[in-house]
Amino acid sequence: MQNNLKVLRAMRDWSQQDLADRIGVSRQSVNAIEKGRYDPSLPLAFTIADMFELPIEEIFSRDKE
Amino acid sequence: MTNANKAIHPASVASKRDIKRVALMMALYLVAVFGIGWTFRAFEPQGPLAWALAIIPALPIIGVFWTVIRYLVEETDEYLRYLVVRQCLFATGFCLSIVTIWQWLQNYEILPPSNGGFGAAFFWFVGLGFGGLFNKLTVGDWGQR
Repeated sequence: MQNNLKVLRAMRDWSQQDLADRIGVSRQSVNAIEKGRYDPSLPLAFTIADMFELPIEEIFSRDKE
Repeated sequence: MTNANKAIHPASVASKRDIKRVALMMALYLVAVFGIGWTFRAFEPQGPLAWALAIIPALPIIGVFWTVIRYLVEETDEYLRYLVVRQCLFATGFCLSIVTIWQWLQNYEILPPSNGGFGAAFFWFVGLGFGGLFNKLTVGDWGQR
């Protein structure tokens, strides 16, 4: 799965730790999700979407074939 | 975000609790190993008492297994939990493989029947270490244990 977490964070001037604190996970989790090494569960993906006040599909998308 | 309004991450709570539990179990293990060893040398207990005493050092090791399960139950960070689950699966496969190979070497009398004091738990804990390395190489993070 692809995501644009890094861009969204940069637009708000948040560090990985800032985002991690806001959504209640570790910085490693944010880093792993951001780099596409870990796909979050649906509840966590919704939490992230709520934090950015965006629909989930504007943050996460399928890998391109 | 200032440090003042940063919430304490729940994952760190589970992790700190886990470290304390493991430290307690290790301390109990050391006391049990030396205490029971001394008791056997000094009093040479027999029968059911010997059985009961001999099992005591196993209890803190079982306690460490329990701490792993409690950590997995209490960890609220799904990524950290995922890493430890992978470590545990790696450790289980590693341990079963070593013990199975060892058993067949013993079956054909290539190795003596005694295990020299190295039980399955030893290889499982070694496997946890290799599991952390496996995580690092394949996912990028070691995991908590």
